[in-house]
Amino acid sequence: MLSVITMLPALYMIFLFAPTEATQGNTQRIFYFHVPLAVIGAYGSAILLFTGCLGFLLTRDLMWDRFAACAAEMGVVFTTAQLLTAMMWAKPIWGTWYVFDSRGTLQIVLLLIYIAYFMLRAYLPDREKRAKLCAVFGLLGMVDVPINYLSIYLFRTQHPQPVISPGGGGVDPDMGKTLLVSSIAIGLLYAYFFVRRLTIAKLEEEVDYLSQVAAAHE
Amino acid sequence: MKPLAAIIFKDIVIEMRSKESISSMLMFGILVLIIFMFAFESSGLDKTVIGPGELWVAFSFAAILGLNRSLAMEIDNDCLQGLLLAPLGRGELYLGKVASNFTFMVIAEFIVLPVFFILNNLSFDQRFLGIVGITILGSLGIAAVGTILSTISANTRMKEVMLPILQIPLSVPVVIAAVEATSQILNNEKPEISAWLTILAGFSIVYLTVSYLVFEFAVEE
Repeated sequence: MLSVITMLPALYMIFLFAPTEATQGNTQRIFYFHVPLAVIGAYGSAILLFTGCLGFLLTRDLMWDRFAACAAEMGVVFTTAQLLTAMMWAKPIWGTWYVFDSRGTLQIVLLLIYIAYFMLRAYLPDREKRAKLCAVFGLLGMVDVPINYLSIYLFRTQHPQPVISPGGGGVDPDMGKTLLVSSIAIGLLYAYFFVRRLTIAKLEEEVDYLSQVAAAHE
Repeated sequence: MKPLAAIIFKDIVIEMRSKESISSMLMFGILVLIIFMFAFESSGLDKTVIGPGELWVAFSFAAILGLNRSLAMEIDNDCLQGLLLAPLGRGELYLGKVASNFTFMVIAEFIVLPVFFILNNLSFDQRFLGIVGITILGSLGIAAVGTILSTISANTRMKEVMLPILQIPLSVPVVIAAVEATSQILNNEKPEISAWLTILAGFSIVYLTVSYLVFEFAVEE
């Protein structure tokens, strides 16, 4: 509910309040979706997945395994959405759907790791074993992210340099406000999905357990 | 050190008798080079431009073939049980496996490498030695991450299919760094090569350490 309440002003600000960018025109407005999706969705999920995997290996609590699985699932959804927004922006601005630049390539590799994590879960039938092996893979996968970033960064970069980070060019104050509101909206949406998914994962596990008990009684 | 040497020795003996791992990697590597030759022969592209990519595609895919065998062999015959019962730490078991996988990969690659030079009409000068060095560094990285991933994939229902899916995204930094370093050597450019070598070495160190610590969880019953 909170997420809906913030999403509405965010949409208003993105489409009506924020000034139109001088060279890119209205296409630039996708930036307000793209940046929060990347920062919260793709990188946030990476941090959550890492936390989940590490948490499981340290405590052996299955709660952390569900946590990691949900983070990976959110990672797939948000990273895909973010890549789609990137492509929609890149086609009119760069004239090509996809360019092998540093951040874009990192996103694709990240997406592949999230998907690999899922496939691994699907092919491990045993609950305990699945949790353990997936935690190991998730940990290895997330360790890969900074190295990947470094190597791809050296490789080449065409992505617009971050405008809001220290040393960046800065943005119009109204654009900054819009970005802030849309980040809050997407952050809340992410949190909402994440909590719901976590609850569902717990219920699924209980159903699994109960059906096993029921099967044993028959 | 002794248990480590024992594992390497065991794997080398098995390999010398069966000759499965090296021969399959070697054949596969050469086949990839030949397919690339057919694919790009008519394009007229400069060999030093496509060569590095071609070489590392051959190496990284051939490595997956060998890595798949390495742990599947232990699990198929329940040898892993024996290895786990042996008086050595899990981390040492991992390092031993990395060492033997690395050895087999490098042996196969050292045979593929001259074939690559011959097929692409390159002369065996200093560049050859440089690429030998990069091959060693790159293979160490691939072996470090591949050994633990093959342990994970050997537990799944679709062993052979799972390994490439897990391994390729994780070895992207090795492939990028190795391809770039190789191409700079082939083109006799040296300015940025140290950065790439640092990435290759850093990747191996990071993965050897992390995997050494978590290997225990990957083999635990």
